[in-house]
Amino acid sequence: MSIQVRNIRKTFGDFIALDDVSLDFPAGELVALLGPSGCGKTTLLRIIAGLEQADAGRVMLDGADASGTHVRERQVGFVFQHYALFRHMTVFDNVAFGMRMKPRGQRPSEKETRTKVEELLTLVQLEWLADRFPAQLSGGQRQRIALARALAVEPRVLLLDEPFGALDAKVRKELRRWLRKLHDELHITSIFVTHDQEEALEVADRVVLMDRGHVEQIGTPEEVYRQPATPFVYGFLGSVNFFHGRVDGGNLRVGEDLLPHAPHELDAGSEVIAFARPHELDLVPDTHTDTGVAARVMRIHAFGVSVRVELEGLNGLSGMSSGQHFEVELTQQRVAELALAEGQNVRLLPSRLKVFQRNDAIGASA
Amino acid sequence: MAAAQTFRVLPGFRLTLGYTLAYLSLIVLLPLATVFLKTASLSAAEFWNVISAPRVVASYKLSFGVSLAAAAINAVFGLMLAWSLVRYGFPGKRFVDALIDLPFALPTAVAGIALTALYAKNGWIGQYLDPLGIQVAFKPLGVLVALVFIGLPFVVRTVQPILEDLDTELEDAAASLGAGRWQIFRHVILPVLLPALLTGFALAFARAVGEYGSVIFIAGNIPMVSEITPLMIITKLEQYDYAGATAIAVVMLVLSFLLLLLINGLQAWTARRTGRDR
Amino acid sequence: MSAATTLNWTAATQTADRFESREATREAPWVKWTILGVSLTFFAVFLLMPLVAVFVEALRKGWDTYWSALIHEDALWAIKLTLIAAAISVPLNLVFGVCAAWAIAKFEFRGKHLLITLIDLPFSVSPVIAGLIYVLIFGAQGWLGPWLAEHDVRIIFAVPGIVLATVFVTFPFVARELIPLMQAQGREEEEAAIVLGANGWQTFWYVTLPNIKWGLLYGVILCNARAMGEFGAVSVVSGHIRGQTNTLPLHVEILYNEYQFAAAFAVASLLALLALVTLAIKTWVEHHAGSATPSREPRQDAAS
Repeated sequence: MSIQVRNIRKTFGDFIALDDVSLDFPAGELVALLGPSGCGKTTLLRIIAGLEQADAGRVMLDGADASGTHVRERQVGFVFQHYALFRHMTVFDNVAFGMRMKPRGQRPSEKETRTKVEELLTLVQLEWLADRFPAQLSGGQRQRIALARALAVEPRVLLLDEPFGALDAKVRKELRRWLRKLHDELHITSIFVTHDQEEALEVADRVVLMDRGHVEQIGTPEEVYRQPATPFVYGFLGSVNFFHGRVDGGNLRVGEDLLPHAPHELDAGSEVIAFARPHELDLVPDTHTDTGVAARVMRIHAFGVSVRVELEGLNGLSGMSSGQHFEVELTQQRVAELALAEGQNVRLLPSRLKVFQRNDAIGASA
Repeated sequence: MAAAQTFRVLPGFRLTLGYTLAYLSLIVLLPLATVFLKTASLSAAEFWNVISAPRVVASYKLSFGVSLAAAAINAVFGLMLAWSLVRYGFPGKRFVDALIDLPFALPTAVAGIALTALYAKNGWIGQYLDPLGIQVAFKPLGVLVALVFIGLPFVVRTVQPILEDLDTELEDAAASLGAGRWQIFRHVILPVLLPALLTGFALAFARAVGEYGSVIFIAGNIPMVSEITPLMIITKLEQYDYAGATAIAVVMLVLSFLLLLLINGLQAWTARRTGRDR
Repeated sequence: MSAATTLNWTAATQTADRFESREATREAPWVKWTILGVSLTFFAVFLLMPLVAVFVEALRKGWDTYWSALIHEDALWAIKLTLIAAAISVPLNLVFGVCAAWAIAKFEFRGKHLLITLIDLPFSVSPVIAGLIYVLIFGAQGWLGPWLAEHDVRIIFAVPGIVLATVFVTFPFVARELIPLMQAQGREEEEAAIVLGANGWQTFWYVTLPNIKWGLLYGVILCNARAMGEFGAVSVVSGHIRGQTNTLPLHVEILYNEYQFAAAFAVASLLALLALVTLAIKTWVEHHAGSATPSREPRQDAAS
């Protein structure tokens, strides 16, 4: 089932949680709502579920306006951040709860309920835990039971609030793969909220990036990672180096240094901010030119396939630290070529640079 | 959307809050308001005459003075008891711990006659105190004994959980920095306990000031000597002096409200100091 | 004092072990024994001896006197009246407590803190004043006195007054037990139930109630103990009419003032037994509530 939200606005007192948000969630996709805490992603999820009501705007389920529909009738499955398992019920009773609460006419028989619960527990691979209480389960197991419980009412959409937030790193990774696999089997329209970019990029079909109540970008994981639409997205996804500068002919002037780059759309003299990922920067020996941003090698981490170099920026020829840090990713071969050593002065040259005009924060690129 | 303001997922808000407010008003707020309305039937001068009559003033002195003393005694011994219960293992600890709440559970009249029996001249304890020239029953000292009994659990039960939650690493850290046991108590433990201890003290004091049942049997109720303020209200009532009784009640109510504010403040302080939500 | 006591006794020593096994959290033996000695003596003198005294005094004149004091018709009537007062006031305050806790813990609204403070109010009012307020309203010279006299309704110096005074003094017990408990539990489980299709009543009955049952029981037994043992407030409104408006505590007073000490203590021993039963149930509930909610931890970790 598809979900559309139209012009959603929500405030808590003076705080604007969502400011005119409109989104389409196509049927059958697994979508991540990604953003820092306080960006409004959980509020949006709760509004879609009907747990919260928007101040303005509409939620459409399968094209029909569901804004006035009570959460009970929306047929959504919701997995809470801390799972909200009923602690006094066994795992079995937790999963059976939704079926047992149905009005008498629609309620499945106890036998049907049992079959269905066993099916679901098999689906989440925890059939052997049916008689346990939530307190006796690990975090990952609770998460899967919460999911089974949500699926028991045959929801039209599945909403998950920070599904892996309360788990330790190893379990997180496992559960991430498992959720993706499950989605591929069930193909139920799903939205999950996360603040972890790696999680969003790895699991989702589509990522919605949010910041301060606005949608910043929507796209496949590859699109948002390769072509960030705004400085916020650039900064939020992956590690990134940035340079503050001014457009100067075909170059970018950063302090006393020049970066060769020609952003045609930008007027000469306009203030810009430029981004480059660690692998998009190269190091060259400092040959007393002003091409490339001057920096000093601080640490070299050579334990991976590629080498990570940490540098601190220098103020041009004066050689004083500018207080800015850079991170560059080089091949082992390149490091050997440069004979790179800690304490060495070098210059940073970007192979690719994404430039945004400052102030208005809406980016243009070359 | 018009519904936005009143939208709530969980049902029953209007019903439960409405019932709560109605019941609270009917049982507590309206009846208490009548006390203030009734005093309005007295002129300011009459009101002042009632509440500043020598016998009434003597009762304030007794009630407040002895309540303060009892709360102070409880603060000291209650802390020691809480400390023993949390820090030391000893036989019968469960029993002692459970019985701490006896003053909450034992009807005050029962406590009153039991204490009187103990401290009367020929009582279990009184017979040893009498030769020393110490008389407890039917004297202000008797009031003190009863109020200590009544107030003890307040101090123990507010201090005990804080002591239990105390991070032992703090003391390890203090010891590793060279602090002695007394210094650790004085500079590390006591500051954490202090808000709770003061809360317990204030709770014990508030309870003691209004206490009636356990006191009247042992106090002797001698005018100007061992009459407590609540008894003055009863005395006025028995003389059908409703306005007089109400005037004294107003004084006590105002004090109670002030104490309630103080206690709320202290509890907020405890919560901040220990990071506990109440 | 059953198996639960022995179970917890080991748990209690282990807690103390946490401190006694470590150099930094341990006192010199003489300090320890002084503190223990002083505090346990204080305990024995102020709490244990009065309790023991009740039973010893009650049996001073033998079992026959004891028994006849209990089966005296005035005593039986007092027992009946005490039970009536508790049977009315406890359920009233139970329903109130659940309503108040639901409204306060599950919803956000203005003036919540003030409301919590007001609910606690009866605890900080002297019981004598609790009685006085109803005399001012319903007494012969009270606001409604003339009207009540005209319609031949007696409230003061009659059973309704006793019930009212009891309701007042036991007002906060259940509410103040449930409010912090339900606030700590949050509303996620209830929301989950609603999302799964449960209606309001089903949510309360199947999700909320099982989670608060120990707190509820705890509040109810404390409420009951106070309801059956209240003296000051009831004393003001009762009029002390033997065989009519005497509750057990008032009956104790009358017997005591008539110098029937053994009989007074005999009736008092009933109330002391009630107190002991209350404490036993309370300890038992604490034990169960402590072991029944181990899953409180994970819900307190960082939220986004």
